[in-house]
Amino acid sequence: MSSQTPALRLEGIVKTFPGVRALDNVSFDVMPGEVHALMGENGAGKSTLMKVLGGIYQPDEGRIVVNEQPVVMTSPLQAKSKGIMFIHQELSLAEELSVAENIYLGELPKKSFGRVDWQQLYSETNEILGRLKVGFDAKTKVGDLSIANQQMVEIARALTVEAKAVIFDEPTASLTDAEKVVLFDVIGDLKTHGVGIIYISHRMEEIFRITDRISVLRDGQYRGTLETPETDEEEVTQLMIGRKLDLSRNVSHHELGGVALEVRGLECGKLFHNVSFSVCRGEVVGFYGLVGAGRTEIAETLFGLRDPTAGQILLDGKETAIHSPADAIEKGISLVPEDRKGQGLVLGMNCRDNMTLPQVNDLKAGPFVAEGAEISIFDQYRDRLDIRTPGWKQLVGNLSGGNQQKIVIGKWLSMHPNILIVDEPTRGIDVGSKSEIHNLIRELASQGYAVIVISSEMPEVLHVSDRIIAMFNGEIIRTFTSDEVTEDNLIQAISGITPEKVA
Amino acid sequence: MRPFNLSGIGGFIAKQGILVAFALFILGFTIANERFLAPDNIMGVVRSSAILGVMALGVTFVVISGNLDLSVGSMMSFATIVVLDLHDKIGPALAIPSMYAMVLCLGAFIGFLVGYLKLNSLIVTLGMLSAIHGLTLTYSGGKNMDIADKEGTWFSMFGQSDALGIPIPILLFALVASVLGIVLAKTPFGRKVYAVGGNGTAATFSGIQRARVVFTCYLMSAFCVGTAGLIQASRSLGSQNTVGQGLELEVLAAVILGGASLLGGSGTIFKTVIGVLILGFIQNGLLLVGLQFYVQYVVTWIIIILAVWLDVAAKRGKLWSPIA
Repeated sequence: MSSQTPALRLEGIVKTFPGVRALDNVSFDVMPGEVHALMGENGAGKSTLMKVLGGIYQPDEGRIVVNEQPVVMTSPLQAKSKGIMFIHQELSLAEELSVAENIYLGELPKKSFGRVDWQQLYSETNEILGRLKVGFDAKTKVGDLSIANQQMVEIARALTVEAKAVIFDEPTASLTDAEKVVLFDVIGDLKTHGVGIIYISHRMEEIFRITDRISVLRDGQYRGTLETPETDEEEVTQLMIGRKLDLSRNVSHHELGGVALEVRGLECGKLFHNVSFSVCRGEVVGFYGLVGAGRTEIAETLFGLRDPTAGQILLDGKETAIHSPADAIEKGISLVPEDRKGQGLVLGMNCRDNMTLPQVNDLKAGPFVAEGAEISIFDQYRDRLDIRTPGWKQLVGNLSGGNQQKIVIGKWLSMHPNILIVDEPTRGIDVGSKSEIHNLIRELASQGYAVIVISSEMPEVLHVSDRIIAMFNGEIIRTFTSDEVTEDNLIQAISGITPEKVA
Repeated sequence: MRPFNLSGIGGFIAKQGILVAFALFILGFTIANERFLAPDNIMGVVRSSAILGVMALGVTFVVISGNLDLSVGSMMSFATIVVLDLHDKIGPALAIPSMYAMVLCLGAFIGFLVGYLKLNSLIVTLGMLSAIHGLTLTYSGGKNMDIADKEGTWFSMFGQSDALGIPIPILLFALVASVLGIVLAKTPFGRKVYAVGGNGTAATFSGIQRARVVFTCYLMSAFCVGTAGLIQASRSLGSQNTVGQGLELEVLAAVILGGASLLGGSGTIFKTVIGVLILGFIQNGLLLVGLQFYVQYVVTWIIIILAVWLDVAAKRGKLWSPIA
């Protein structure tokens, strides 16, 4: 491989923003026919590097070399003309247009008088879709496709040109296992055609399954490149976060207090039905299941965002009705929502104001907000949760994902709830912050909080929970203690396979 | 087109765009006509801006909460006509609170539609613009409204008198601006307005009653419109049915010039006051240099588009970019 020339090379890239050196002399290359993983925590500089490559940012120093030709990238379109294709995690498709129109957007084949050559468009598109083995055709409207299939359309775009390098940014975030297999086949196919592939992902198993080399960024600096077959997760993680990571099964159990929350036969339309469970003080109960199993909807019902159609909710043994989030907060329930940016934070507001938002009515000095009290709350939780920010005046939108999530957690801890519900607490967060948040959840339980953790990541549920409730299609299939649970029986439960009755 | 970066002097100008443009205008107008910076001219501009200014204060709340209010112009006509009519019928002391009550009812109606029924504020207030105009004409029968005894009423004090050498309209503007400025910046309600406009869903998830906040913003806007109508009526003691026509756009312009985002979540009362003054001085300057009154409409909008462009450019660091 060393005798070849790289398909794409970045040399000594430096990019600074006011007050931040986002990229500090980063060099990176990808060979033709190689899958090169780019890893790093959130805020390590991966996206900035890709934006430099796509011409969205201009580097302060350094250069980009394609096939040994230095180029200046000015826009994603120009990058495309040089054979550099991006496949983004966040979809950028026109939902009202057909699959074919989306794939060839901006370069539809034309006939005389500028008319679109539909025949050619559909036949070319169907050929590409055939390579991807998808179950829809060129004329399907993109808005009618599932998210996973929309992702496949995004990928199909990259196959329309003679790509020299393709950048996959977290491509599997919304794919099912079967679709992942197809994606990996496509990547393998691109490899054999001599295309260089940059693969950005947080998921170690994928990295080790498909990549040839792994390069790691930390704090905007290049930390090294490893040959995938010669390394392991631990080494990569250490390179990324500079220390070791603990992701074992939870074994410690705290002294349980009384039952803080009990739910009997709760039902909400078609979303979930016949849901009964209880959570004690000092206990972490994990909810595990596929997307759409009804876990988030249960949390939203407990938080007063949805009205249950049947069933009872008991807090400390007393039956209650929860009408609104304000009501839930009043009764000592807090929810760290699933969508951090959409539901958890006001991104244009500063850190302090976000953190004290639910209690702004109570923090008063006369008719005014008591800013001193707010700042001391912020300082307290910044220290406790190790939130890294220049100060409370910083806008939350400028923080990294992990620190944003800690602001949301701090916001709800400062309300001193009895019951804390956390929905996907570490989604899109780097490994370092992840384990800090896991430790925090365990610690909160030890202090007597009743904690509900909803997660789609099995290692996470296993790591933090005392008991695990497996859900499928709006129903609780089985409740496991942490001694009974195995990866196999958990997967069976969430796929709707009822456990064999033990005689 | 290649995106060009804003750094150094260019970046500074873009970031302070509105103030820099304002300074250039002042400089130009002063050279063209030395009367521009004379104290009596300045006082005159502030005074004539007061009506627009008071309305802009209320609209600032609405805009920060993430909504629009295009009904303020015709609501101001309504307030003016009503208070003038009632002045002769039940006397000024009762006419003023009655007018406020009616205007607040209109505000509550809009607030109900936008806040509780969650209808689009552009559509609702655009509809109200025309509906309230119709209401005013129905009320007045289409006739101009005049006070019978223009000399002998104390009602003229709100628009015509001075206190401590300062015209009352300016004092009213300053008073409302100070109170609302403090409400927005310092109280829990103000904080909630920013939260609802910045991210309504996150505000709901934080236990904030979004509908109530939006409703209150429209009530405040209506109160400001009532005050503006009071000043207008008191100043002229007689009025046409269309006295506030078109003001909704100027009000919105002042709020945007001040730097509030139409998407909600940002802006301050102080900035709106600056926006109002900039608009007032530019319009005055154009008159002083001898341009036709009608040209103002065009120039005003060029300035606003320029201001919005520079504001957006400063946020993304480029004057032009292929992505938003």
